[in-house]
Amino acid sequence: MSETLRFEQVHVGDELPPLDVELSAAVIVGGALASRDFTPVHHSRAAAQAQGMSDVFMNILTTNGYVGRYVTDWAGVDALLQNVSIKLGAPNVVGDTMQMTGRVVAAEAETGVVVVEVTGRNSWGNHVAGTVRVALPAGA
Amino acid sequence: MTLPAKQKRELESKLQAYVGKPIGPPQVGRDPVNVPMIRQWCDAMGDGHPAYTDPVAAERSVHRGLVAPPTMLQAWILPGFEMSVETEAPRDEQQALHKLLSDHGYTSVVATNCEQGYARYLRPGDELSAETVVESISEEKATALGIGYFIDTLTTFRDQNGDEVGWMKFRVLKFIPQQPAQTASSADAAPAKPQRIRPLLGHDNAWWWEIVNQGQLPIQKCNGCGALLHPPRPMCGHCQSTDLSHVIASGKGEVYSFVVMHHPQFPGYEYPLVAALVELEEGTRLVSNLVGCAPEDVHIGLPVRVCVERVDDELMLPVFRPAS
Repeated sequence: MSETLRFEQVHVGDELPPLDVELSAAVIVGGALASRDFTPVHHSRAAAQAQGMSDVFMNILTTNGYVGRYVTDWAGVDALLQNVSIKLGAPNVVGDTMQMTGRVVAAEAETGVVVVEVTGRNSWGNHVAGTVRVALPAGA
Repeated sequence: MTLPAKQKRELESKLQAYVGKPIGPPQVGRDPVNVPMIRQWCDAMGDGHPAYTDPVAAERSVHRGLVAPPTMLQAWILPGFEMSVETEAPRDEQQALHKLLSDHGYTSVVATNCEQGYARYLRPGDELSAETVVESISEEKATALGIGYFIDTLTTFRDQNGDEVGWMKFRVLKFIPQQPAQTASSADAAPAKPQRIRPLLGHDNAWWWEIVNQGQLPIQKCNGCGALLHPPRPMCGHCQSTDLSHVIASGKGEVYSFVVMHHPQFPGYEYPLVAALVELEEGTRLVSNLVGCAPEDVHIGLPVRVCVERVDDELMLPVFRPAS
């Protein structure tokens, strides 16, 4: 992980490096179990198919985990996540790929907080649209 | 597929009884915040943040010691394995609420929104409890997944001292699934690329789509009074004649009104999507997409012309482009 970004180094419009997440069964099921979410649609294909999906799909906590990780990968060790707000769309189903992109949409000088909009797309469309508030240390 | 009106009213009054109330006593985390669970989370998320798993790097960080990823907040209080076991009796009021909807045919559930706020980073040894309140239940909504109700909850997380460490607003859709999916051909096959929503074809409109498929834009015409009608219908609304034919539109028109769709995004469509109400020079209006034009350049009165175009593998649609 890189050095922590300083607030002064970040500008509205900055883009985060894109990240491709291969949605293997291990990612989907491993994420669900690591978040203690044993809801059957996230580990049982039969349960997922009974809900109209072709295979197991990512649980919301894993999506949250990836959104948080995507922002701290960019912002660095000493960046502090304050708020993560996500909207879910097309499910992340095993076999697909989620392409994550992000953009700085606001920088609040009083608080040192930058606001990042994160998008995760798969072959169906938008899986997640997220807004993350992250506090960065000051200093050049 | 949805309920008769009386049953629906009864269901909705039962639903409202849950609003504003906690789903039960606070949920208590089965284990304190701990490094093995953090490590497993980081492995699954591919998260290499040193302050989560590397004690030395964590000591040098702003945290001065190991911390948990903030997005793990809810993981600390989920019950885990027991969530996989169906029980007859609901374990809390949230499950009772979900069961009530399931019993009325709204059997599927999907999480649609989650917002979390963090007052501080959690550290190994922290003991969490969480209280969840049902904030609101929507009216019945038609969504891309099916018809259902949105349920909003607010969960407040507290540590061993009773101090609030974070909160979460969560929204789920409890809905009637449309139809079971086809079985995937292989374990790792990606889902088929979704296509746009198909028009519903019936006796009154199939002829219109057949002409569109041949590349023209028809307008229904009443042979009784000469009125032009759109969308196609079985009887003229002006003179009640059922003697109907059609003319072919010149294709010229102008934007009468429009919206630019950003959200919600349905699979099969490109966004932003300009949905325009176009007034044809013949006088009827129809809703379609405006393409070949940046959304910010669209305005009321913009001259447009129709182009019958293939919009996906199968579907032909009369869309509009700027006339110039």
